[in-house]
Amino acid sequence: MKLTQLSLFLENKPGHVKIPCQVLAEAGVNICTLSLADTAQFGILHLIVEDWEKGYAALKNAGCVVNTTDVLALVVPDRPGGLADLLDHCDTCGLNIEYMYAFTRRRKQDAIMIICFEDPDKAIEVLKDRKMDGVDVMRCTDLFGDLEGL
Amino acid sequence: MKVATHTLSKETKESDWWDPAEALPREELRDLQTRRLRETVSRTLSVPYYKEALARDNITPESITSPDDVRRLPFTTKDDLRDHYPLGFLAVPRSEVARYHGSSGTTGKPTFVAYTKKDLDTWANLCARFLYAGGLRSEHTVHVAFGYGLFTGGFGLHYGIEKVGAAVVPVAAGNTKRQILLLQDLEPEVLICTPSYALNIAEVCREEGVDPHTLKLQYGHFGGEPWTEKMRFQIEESLGIEAFNNYGLSEVIGPGVSGECAHHTGMHIQEDHFLVECIDPETLEPVTDGSYGELVFTNLTKEAMPILRYRTRDIAALETCPCPCGRTTVRMHRVVGRTDDMLIIRGANVYPSQIEESLLLVEGVAPHYLIEVHRPGALDEATVKVEILPEFFSDKMRKMQALREDIQRRIETTTGVRMQVELVPPQTLERSIGKSKRVLDHRKMD
Repeated sequence: MKLTQLSLFLENKPGHVKIPCQVLAEAGVNICTLSLADTAQFGILHLIVEDWEKGYAALKNAGCVVNTTDVLALVVPDRPGGLADLLDHCDTCGLNIEYMYAFTRRRKQDAIMIICFEDPDKAIEVLKDRKMDGVDVMRCTDLFGDLEGL
Repeated sequence: MKVATHTLSKETKESDWWDPAEALPREELRDLQTRRLRETVSRTLSVPYYKEALARDNITPESITSPDDVRRLPFTTKDDLRDHYPLGFLAVPRSEVARYHGSSGTTGKPTFVAYTKKDLDTWANLCARFLYAGGLRSEHTVHVAFGYGLFTGGFGLHYGIEKVGAAVVPVAAGNTKRQILLLQDLEPEVLICTPSYALNIAEVCREEGVDPHTLKLQYGHFGGEPWTEKMRFQIEESLGIEAFNNYGLSEVIGPGVSGECAHHTGMHIQEDHFLVECIDPETLEPVTDGSYGELVFTNLTKEAMPILRYRTRDIAALETCPCPCGRTTVRMHRVVGRTDDMLIIRGANVYPSQIEESLLLVEGVAPHYLIEVHRPGALDEATVKVEILPEFFSDKMRKMQALREDIQRRIETTTGVRMQVELVPPQTLERSIGKSKRVLDHRKMD
């Protein structure tokens, strides 16, 4: 249910985002989606890749500062208020979100969000009940399986 | 923090020193200093620079009646030595010189120093004193990772170790992986190098998958550059050894000017060979007891190149209260900075060691840093680049920002200057084998 995200520390210098991307390319690891948070002094790159173990090993080998974080891939109805309803529910249930970003592709009528919860296990437990509203925690295999089908 | 304290120094009995001169009663020491200062002044008369200066102030060897008379003597600066390049301060015929050493010459021409055969013996004895005080005995093996060559570190310690009768591994500087191999295979108990190189060895050990605690090292003597108390703990923890501080400079003799005993109460200055003063670098007057000032040394026994009142530019404080070890000498606390390393940023005096001190208080960063100073407009802007430790990297921006702000705040508290802090990946700042490069000043001064 949980998805492993790779997080990278980047120096804020021209060309520094390219380095991990090239490392993954050489290792044959496909990037599914990413988000980049940066400040004037440094940046943090979040990556969802198809084979995180292979990607992690390649990045580590290349000397990148990388660690892994458990995140959830959530199916969110792609309609006005779809995300707002979900966030409202998270709020009510006391689920704290550290950060989130959108998946690059849709699944049928739905959007996919990557969310880093403070407590991912609690989030899975709470969000199980939201299936009827169209919110779903995706399985890793479904996520990448669907991608192949797209 | 659990630090392996080696047992050797603890076995050292209270009245145990290499040379009884280390524990002379103060009055006896002063008499000896007076006699030796008089002899030194008389020797310097064969140096034209001193002869002229002493004549100008009507100073004769006979007029020296107490060690305090040193304050009537002329100062000697690094520039004076450079102005008389290469050997204008030589007080003996060249035929009597047994060895030359020199300073690194990082700022301009090198300066040379000379030793007679007797000077070399004195020097070895001075190094033996602090090595013995740290616990060195004839059955030990010592790994010396100081540079051998014109730099006084390697040879100075080398002969001190031989004086004690211990075995030397003269590895010299560089090729850290090979050094680790030697540390594993020759099993030395003692490590001698600069403190930053000791941390570098620990770091490379980890990279190579060698647990430094499996080495036979028990303690180390570190010097050659300013370091901090927290850095001592880091060396002790990462290498599992006890770390001793020692101090010296080539212009005065090299290592052996002062060193710590097993009580770590400051470095005992070998006062029977050097007169020490601690002065305000602006007014040149002595600072009040225990305050920080510039250290000034006068040779008392050096034959080849006796130097009067050498302005070291090192900032430290002196300690006169008795040490439990029984040595009667004045001690100096660690050097906190240099008058010429001193950066003036927006009018405030900043020493690189203050940045280091701040960093060592923050969990999650390595004690490697680079200070860059710019002046884009009218005001100075300082940036401190700091390496993060991989295990402290977080995917959460707010945590990384909090780390950055914590460092920034601590630097501001210690220096009084707000500097921009930049986090950089591990291993990206240049490591130097000798004195670390820590400041890049891009300001164009007219």
